[in-house]
This record gives sequence, structure tokens and C-alpha cells, in this order.
Amino acid sequence: MKQALEGSQAIARAVSLCRPQVVSAYPITPQTHIVENLSRLVADGVLDCELVSVESEFSAASVALGAVAAGSRAYTASSSQGILLMSEVLFNISGLRIPLVMTCANRALAAPLSIWNDQQDSMAVRDAGWIQLYCADNQEAVDMTIQAYRIAERCELPVMVCVDGFTLTHTLEVLDLPDQQLVDAFLPAFHFDRKLDPANPISVGTLVSPEFFTEARYDHHQALLQSAEIIEQTRREWQDMTGRDTGGLLGVAGDADARVGVLVLGSITGTLQEAMEASTDTEPACLITLRAFRPFPEQALRDACSGLERLIVLERALSPGAGGIVGSEVRAALSSLDRPPRVFNFSVGLGGRDVPLETWSRALAAVAGNAGAGFDMLDLEPSRLPQEAL
Amino acid sequence: MIEIRIHGRGGQGNVVAAYLLATTAFEDGRYGQAFPNFGAERRGAPVTAFVRISGQPIRRRCQVIEPAFLIIQDEALLHVEGVLDGLQPGGGILVNSSRPGEEIGGLIGREVMALPASPLASRILGRPVPNTALLAAFLALTELLPIDALVRALAGRFRGKVLDANSRLIEEAAGMVPVGQWKEASSETGA
Repeated sequence: MKQALEGSQAIARAVSLCRPQVVSAYPITPQTHIVENLSRLVADGVLDCELVSVESEFSAASVALGAVAAGSRAYTASSSQGILLMSEVLFNISGLRIPLVMTCANRALAAPLSIWNDQQDSMAVRDAGWIQLYCADNQEAVDMTIQAYRIAERCELPVMVCVDGFTLTHTLEVLDLPDQQLVDAFLPAFHFDRKLDPANPISVGTLVSPEFFTEARYDHHQALLQSAEIIEQTRREWQDMTGRDTGGLLGVAGDADARVGVLVLGSITGTLQEAMEASTDTEPACLITLRAFRPFPEQALRDACSGLERLIVLERALSPGAGGIVGSEVRAALSSLDRPPRVFNFSVGLGGRDVPLETWSRALAAVAGNAGAGFDMLDLEPSRLPQEAL
Repeated sequence: MIEIRIHGRGGQGNVVAAYLLATTAFEDGRYGQAFPNFGAERRGAPVTAFVRISGQPIRRRCQVIEPAFLIIQDEALLHVEGVLDGLQPGGGILVNSSRPGEEIGGLIGREVMALPASPLASRILGRPVPNTALLAAFLALTELLPIDALVRALAGRFRGKVLDANSRLIEEAAGMVPVGQWKEASSETGA
């Protein structure tokens, strides 16, 4: 049913529709409203689940890990410093092949301290072995949260659903929240083969000697690679049931014959799309939205970029001393094309800086001046730099 | 699409006002988008919230830089740098104040509509929360959305005595401004 909901409220309702049996989380801005709303759903008797209040994000992730290992569908959510604090557990969750779903309400990392949105937190755990999905709007946040459980449980891999803090979590907008019957039909009751059971004892998380460690890592890597097909299959099934094409590895919009493309992740998609459609005096362009960052959709990306002469990658994170994180991976993936597009890489919107409609024209102008050929910050204000840096 | 910026102070219900206005648009069969621009979240600190209303799905998520309307919940904010920035030519400023709009407008060199929303809310709600009275006056001035859609939006958020008191408040507030005075400004931008 269509409703006007705050993003966090919508995400909480989507999680509730998936009938988690254990929710464990520690509050942090801008994730807080998600867990508050879940807590209310439990208090109101809408959601029958064990809500575990913990003293840190490390414990939140640990409780969620244990809950799934014991055979329960579980959920957690965090942001920023909270993601970092749980990072040790995140690697354990994926290495143990625990099908958990969590929301990352994307926020910058300190220092300097910022409560506002960028994607540095989820990028910092890029190599944690989780599936990472990025949402463009709150409809995608709802749909991809529900799809995430299906994907996680099919692949026995954890899924991190990344939603831009404030820009999505604190935005009220009109969206379609599916009904319980539809979600129940889409998402079977939780079943985990390797669950801890006193009647059938197994060991989990034991020491692995050098004789087997490489094989365990190979197995994990293969599982992530193979999840790409499951993500696409889940997208199709969801589309069949709801009519909505939300999910999958990536989305392509705009001019199919364009020679210029722009690639983004997350909530700047809509702003870019509107700006591109409105700019009639520039050459036609296409917009590629990366929905899955892990697994990295190398083939889908090559298909989307073949024929492009220039590709502008805009991202809300930075690898200091190297440049863009997404941009580097995109360059590497496209290098095997016969005629790869020239990749221009910019950061935008770090630490909550607004990404206005002019971002598109600014990017085109910068590229014309050959900026971003390595890596540049598109919205840098040189006047605000300390004088000694000039 | 109509873009609106709401300025107030922490504790005045700025975000709730923005959410209510976007929900009112939804209740009228349109699309609404609302989000806050949080600074450090504390009572008394200046807070800004943004609202978009459109007949089509709203895709842009940037801040509202050039609003058609400003709703100012605390008169003193008129003198804070940046509050009036970007207001479209012919756009409207609605201010919570017990002084006449002409007097306030004279001080800032712009046309201003004033509504004594705080004393009104104090009398009817028992608390000087100006947000719902201002929304009602805004809808009456612009005729952008029907008042009963605002009542439905309120019913989704409040119940019982609070809802009843707010319903009385918005009815009275809507009658205190010249109905349709900003109708032209709200249609020029084509919601």
C-alpha cells in the first residue's frame, strides 16, 4: 500500500515484514530511528521478536551472529563509528557464512567528527566478505531489505543494505510498502542447515591451519562471485511479484546510444537523473547506478559501458593517498574492454555536503578541462583550505 | 513542483511540520518529500527543513536553495544570515509573529504575512507550538492543498485530545489569513 513514510520508519516496517526472530542493535545517528521504530513495533505487538539491547556495536553484531548460528532470522543496523566497532565481528559473520541482514545508514567517519552522510563507513568494510547493496531511494531501501533476506539465505552470506544517512533515513516520501502476505510468499520461513543444535553438535569457528585456510578463502570468494546470479534472480522474482524493478547488480537509465556515462551509488541517483534530463544543451548521456558493490558486477559493468567514450564516476568516499575507491575498481574492470572508456573519477558530497543539481554540469565542465582524469574532489572549496595548503 | 523551506528552532516542531506538509500532499493524491537539514540537534538552535510537492514522483534530493515559500516559526530568525536566501521573486514569507506583517516586512524590505501562531497554539493546545497553525495558514494563503488533507495527515500522527485540539487550531488559523492571496505564486511554479 502506498504511504508517506520517513525512510527509517519504512525500513523498520520492511524488516518487520521479514519476521526477524532476533533484533540486536546499539543506537547511533543516523541509524537510530530504524531501531526505535522496530522497538515500537515489538512493543505494540506487531512484531514478535527478541529485541536485545546491548552495550556496544561489537555486542550488537555478536548477538546477531549467535542468533543466526542458533537458527533464528536476525537483524542489526549501524552507522559510521558503529560499523568500525563491529568490523571484527563483520569479518567473522561472513567467514562463518552466517546469513544475516543489516542496514548501514551511511555516515562519514571521524576524524574530523561528522554526523552527516557519505559512504566512507561501508567502504571501510568493503573487504569484510559481505554482499553490499546501495539504495537510491526509500522504495529501494524497502524492497532491497526484503530481497536481502532472500539473497542472504540462498547464498549463506551476510548482506549489508546501505542507505544514505539523513538523505534517505530522515526523508519522508511516498512509497509502496508491500503487505505481509506478499512478503511471506516471497520469503520462506527461516531455515539454516548448520544451526547449533545440542542434539547434533558441531564445531563452528575453529582454528584453521595453513593446509586449509586458502581453500576456505577460495570458497568464500566463490560464494560472493556466485551471489551475483542469485541477486539478479531475486530481482526478477521481486519484479514478477510487485512490478517494481528494484534491486539487481546495477541499473542503467538515459540514452542507450550515449558516448558519455556517469556512474553513481546511492541517493544521488535521482538528483543526477533529473539534472541530466533537464540539460538539453549537452550531449546525450547515460546514468549507471551501481546497486551491488560486492559482489563487484564486473561483467554487467562492462556490458553497460561498452560503447562509452567517457565515464564519470562520482563517489562519496575516499582512499586517502590513492583517490577514489569505486573509481579504481571501475577502471580495473573496464581495462579489458577492447576500447575502454576514459574514466574520470570525483568525490562529491563528503561529510554531508549537499549534492546539488549543478553537479552534473560541473562534472561535465571539469571533465572538459581534463580534471578527474586521475582523481579530483568535484565540490572542493579552495577558499576553505588552510592557507598553508594553498 | 513547489519547493518550501521551513525555518525554526529546535523544539518548535520544524521537522514534524515538514513531514506533515509532505504527508498532506500525499493525502491529496500528490507526491511529497520532506527532510531536515540538521545541525547539532538541541532545543533552541536554528533548524531548517525542506518540503517538495509535485504531481510527479520527486527525484531530486538536494537541499532547497530557491524556495517558492518560506515558513518562519520564529520571527527573530528573519535576521539570521541565510534565512531569506534564494527566495523566488514573487515568493511568499509566512512568519509566526503577533506584530502586523507590514511592520515586519518593512524591517526586511520584503512583503511578509504574519500569523500569531504561538499565542493561538497556547490558547487552543495549551502549548506554544506554532507549526500546525502555520501550515493551515500556508494552505489557506496558497490554496495549494485542501485543509481536510491536512486534517487527515494530522490524524496519522496524533490521536484523541491532541488531534481534536489541533483540528480546532488549524480551522481557526486558516480563517485568519486572506484565502488565496498566494494562489498565483503557488501555481506559477506548476505543482
